[in-house]
This record gives sequence, structure tokens and C-alpha cells, in this order.
Amino acid sequence: MTIAEGDLAVTEIAFVRRAQIPPQPPPVAMTGALGWLRANLLSTPFNIVLTIIIALLLIWAIPELLKFLLIDAVWSGADRDACREIVQHRPIGACWPFVYERAAYFVYGSYPIPLRWRVNVFFAMLAIGVAWLLWLNAPRRDLGAIYFFVVLPIGSFILLHGFPAIGLPVVDTVLWGGVLVTIVLASVGIVVSLPVGIVLALGRRSPKPAVRLFSVIFIEFVRGVPLITVLFMASVMLPLFVPQQYEPDKLLRAMIGIALFASAYMAEVVRAGLQAIPRGQYEGAMAVGLRYPQMMRLIILPQALKITIPNIVNTYIGLFKDTSLVLIIGIFDFLHTIEVARIDPKWATPVTSTTGYAVAAVFYLIFCYGMSRYARAMEARLAASDKR
Amino acid sequence: MTDDAANQIKPSKLETPVAVEMVGMNKWYGDFHVLRDINLRVMGGERIVICGPSGSGKSTMIRCINRLEEHQSGRVVVDGVELTNDLKKIDEVRREVGMVFQHFNLFPHLTVLENCTLALIWVRKLPKKRADEIALHYLKRVKIPEQADKYPGQLSGGQQQRVAIARALCMSPKIMLFDEPTSALDPEMVKEVLDTMVQLAEDGMTMLVVTHEMGFARQVASRVVFMDEGQIVEANVPEEFFAHPQHERTKLFLSQILR
Repeated sequence: MTIAEGDLAVTEIAFVRRAQIPPQPPPVAMTGALGWLRANLLSTPFNIVLTIIIALLLIWAIPELLKFLLIDAVWSGADRDACREIVQHRPIGACWPFVYERAAYFVYGSYPIPLRWRVNVFFAMLAIGVAWLLWLNAPRRDLGAIYFFVVLPIGSFILLHGFPAIGLPVVDTVLWGGVLVTIVLASVGIVVSLPVGIVLALGRRSPKPAVRLFSVIFIEFVRGVPLITVLFMASVMLPLFVPQQYEPDKLLRAMIGIALFASAYMAEVVRAGLQAIPRGQYEGAMAVGLRYPQMMRLIILPQALKITIPNIVNTYIGLFKDTSLVLIIGIFDFLHTIEVARIDPKWATPVTSTTGYAVAAVFYLIFCYGMSRYARAMEARLAASDKR
Repeated sequence: MTDDAANQIKPSKLETPVAVEMVGMNKWYGDFHVLRDINLRVMGGERIVICGPSGSGKSTMIRCINRLEEHQSGRVVVDGVELTNDLKKIDEVRREVGMVFQHFNLFPHLTVLENCTLALIWVRKLPKKRADEIALHYLKRVKIPEQADKYPGQLSGGQQQRVAIARALCMSPKIMLFDEPTSALDPEMVKEVLDTMVQLAEDGMTMLVVTHEMGFARQVASRVVFMDEGQIVEANVPEEFFAHPQHERTKLFLSQILR
């Protein structure tokens, strides 16, 4: 007489498995498009309600957006009449000729037209540097780092500011504007804030009280003040104390203000990462004979920075958008150039402002989303050592 | 490298006959007196097993030997070098003393091979190629050369602990400290780690081992040290220690762990 394998357990006290159960495919409801829908969109009543609400929002927003940006948009014209409902006798969406005409201003600000090639070369140099550094399989990344951190800053300064000795006339920074200023401010902030933030974070955890006190005071002071105040301090208060001929350039002051501000935030982000590293890692590193700087550089920081990548990028994204605050102290960053252009009487129409802001939104979105995507990819790559 | 050489770990020779000497050592955590008047002399080639209830200061004591913990009074001399606040002395001692931890403390972001070569490259300043050779030699020695390119997180606990032993051995230490090396392992993994340690003991390494593996103590220890409440209560050769414990506390402890 034969007994089914599964019955043995209930029918007999002693049980020995005689046949392995082979793996079987999961039920249909768990896989495929239907399974995905069920698991992700319709898993609970609350999720069903959310799904419906979001679907309704999208149905409401997307056609309106497409209508404004594309269907009703005006694609050519010489002045405001092209974009006025009263003149055109049709619903008017985005006023794109306004954007074409002012595009150069949005990118270069008032940078002298014959010298704008210098800005283009700067953009190209920066693009090469960023690609070299961010593409992790790029050849000679050590040279890339030297290029990015030494050649690029010096080269950009000579190029953008000018260097009369080699025939590049000086362009005063008051003429700089648009994307150029936004990119310069953000790059300086991004490049400066991480190393300074790391040093401050290490300082805050230092056993030496003086170092710790300095770091704490700096971080708490800068974090406790709005960026606008820092910028005001730099542009309005500083000239009261410093004789005019020694007064640093206004753009430079904004740069320093933003970089220090971002550094203080970065310091706290990095500190959170440092605190997440178990003590055993420090002990392991010390026990094999590494000294403090080696231990930090080779063992602690790589792990701490890896877990803080999302927060570092979060700070970078915040910093990138915060650069638009320099508008307050009269620096013509990208958003400020749009502000100026949209009130130009030549293009004064009910849709000009909306069009300008739409361009700004797309610009900031592309950069911030780009940073976010890159960070995700980086996290996935570094997760290799997390396989447990 | 010949097979003979590959199967042997020659401990580096000590400068002095006394490997570790602790004289009247005391340590406090705040107000708490963790180590009380510790006196212990370990000769070169000796294998000391330290046991005792949890919180008795065993780990703290051996961690004072490579200055992972600082003592507040008394003297700790490691192979002729007295440990003080002098960072140079601390570095010197740490270069010569290997340590294996309860939780392995491998570097999760580095491969097994990189874990082993790190100190060779940055502390011993060897070229990478030479460091790789040495590391592979010791990985072979602990019987996991095929895992060299994996990350620690991909290995079993026993394998990780053997990597940790190889990492310590790469520096050709004169003295090895083991801080409960098998306590965090699944029962199935304990033997492979103990076998490696027995082999090491047979090769003549000076070892201080905090462990509850009494079988290991019987087999390899030259002396067993029993600690309780921060003090050394009893120390003896294993035969005497297990057969005729003298102190009441030792008797109680042994009766509880040897059933």
C-alpha cells in the first residue's frame, strides 16, 4: 500500500522525507501586468483610493499642460502682438518667440556679445570635466580629478573674468548673468561644500575640544541664519567694514556665502553618516595599524559617504535652487534674467510670465532630476558590497 | 613558494622573551572600576586562554594590549615597548599585534583580498603586487583563497572570521589577540575557526584568546586565566585549572559551563 508523501507527517509519529519537493511556478495572480497592478496599485482599499485620486489629477493636469505648452502655443512672431489673444483672435498658450529672442540673455546675461565664445568654451570645459568625473569607467580618472579641481577652476577664471596679459579683456562680473551665473555659483558651492563639510563633520567629532568648539559654532551659526541673511551680510554689511578698494567682488562674495552655507548643511549630513558606522570598523582599522587620517580616508569615509549619498544629493539639489536667491542682492542669475525679460514692454502679454516661469521650471527640473538620477545609479553601483 | 612554506606560519620573532607584561594595571569607565590591579606576564610562544563571566573585563583587558582601550594606571609593556599616550609607540605596537574580533570587523566596502592587503599597502608600504601575494598566501592558509574577490557580506560567518584571521596574519604579527572569535558564529562554523587557531598555536604563535571554548583551552592553552569582576581570580595550566580549581568563584563558573 502506498501513502502520499504529505500524509506521512500526520499519520505516523516518525517521519523521514523520501522525495524532494521540486520548485513550482508561483500562482498567475502574482506575476505579469495583472500581478503588478494588483501588488502596486490596488493592494488595499487605501491604495485603490490613492490610485483613483492620482489618476484623476493626471487626467486633469496633463491635457491642460499640453494645451498650454504645445497645442495653443505661439511658435513664431516678432513682438508681443503675436502672443495676444485680442490680436490673434484665438486662445493663446506659451509664447515661444519671446523665449527664442531672449534665449541668449537667459544664458549669458549681459556678457558682451563678441566675447560670449568664452562662456561657450567654459561650458564645454565644464561638461568635459563633469563627464570625466561622473563616468565611473572613464579612462585616467586621476587626471580627470586634477583637471576638474585644478585646471578647470583656474582656466574658468582666466576665461570668464579675463586676463589682459594674454589678450583676454576683463569682463566685470556685474555683466555676468543667466545660466552662466547659476552654473558658476552652483558648481563652486557643490565643489567646495563637500570637502569643507567633511572637515567640519570630522571636527565636530574630534576629541580635541578647541576643534570641536570651532566646528560646532560655525555649523550652528551658519545653519541658524537664513541664506538670504548670509547674502545680505556679504553684500551690504561687508562694504561697511572694508575699504572700498579692498572690497571683494560681489559675485565672489555671494559665492563664498553660498559655499559656506552649503558646507554647514553638508557637515551635518556627513556627521549623520559617520555616526552610522559601527565602532567595530574603527577598531578593525586601528588594530591593523592604520593611523587616523588613513582610517578615515580608507575605511570610515567611504562607508559613511556611501550611506549619505541620498542626503548629499538632497543638499546639492537644495543648493542648486538656492542660488536663485542671489536675485535679492542684484546678481543676474538665470531666474533673475527671466524676471527682467518678462517685464520687458516689448513682450508684455498675459502669457509672457507664465512662459518664462515654465522655462525656468524645466531648466531647474532637468538639472535637479539629473543629479537625482545619477545618485540613484551610483547607489545601485555601490550596493555591490551590501549583498548579504 | 613551496608547499611546506605555504602550510606554515612562522610567527615573527619577538624582540624580548616576554611578549606582554601587565603590571598593576587599572582601568575605569567613569566611576566604574573595570580592571583592578591586573598582573600578567605572557612569555613568547605562550597561549593564554582567558575566560570568565560576561562583564568580568576579559575583553577590556586584551584590548588594553593594543590600546583599543586606555589603562589609567600601572604598566603595559608589549615586546619591550611600553604603551603610553605616545602615538608612535601605539603605532609600533599595533603593527606587531594582530587582533581578531567577535564580530569580525571586516571592511564591508572592500573585497576579501583588499581587506587583507590594506594594511600591507598603507602601513607596511609594500607594492600592491607583493601585498596581493602575501594576502593570497594567508587566504590559502585559512583555506579560502577562492573567495578573494568576494565582499565580506557574501561569505558565511565562519569564512568571514577566517578572513579576519588572515587579515591579521598578513602583517606577520608577533602576538595575536582573539576577542571571543567564535561567540558570534553559528554552531556549524565554530570548528573551522577553531581548527585554524589550533594550527596557529601549533606553529608557535604567541596568543591571548578570550573564549568560552573549554575544549580549545584544554587542547592548546599553556595557561588558563579566569577573571571575575575585573580581577584575575585564578590562573593555571589547563590540566590543573580544570581538574582542581582552587577559588570558589572558579569552581562555580566551571560547574556552570561544563555540564
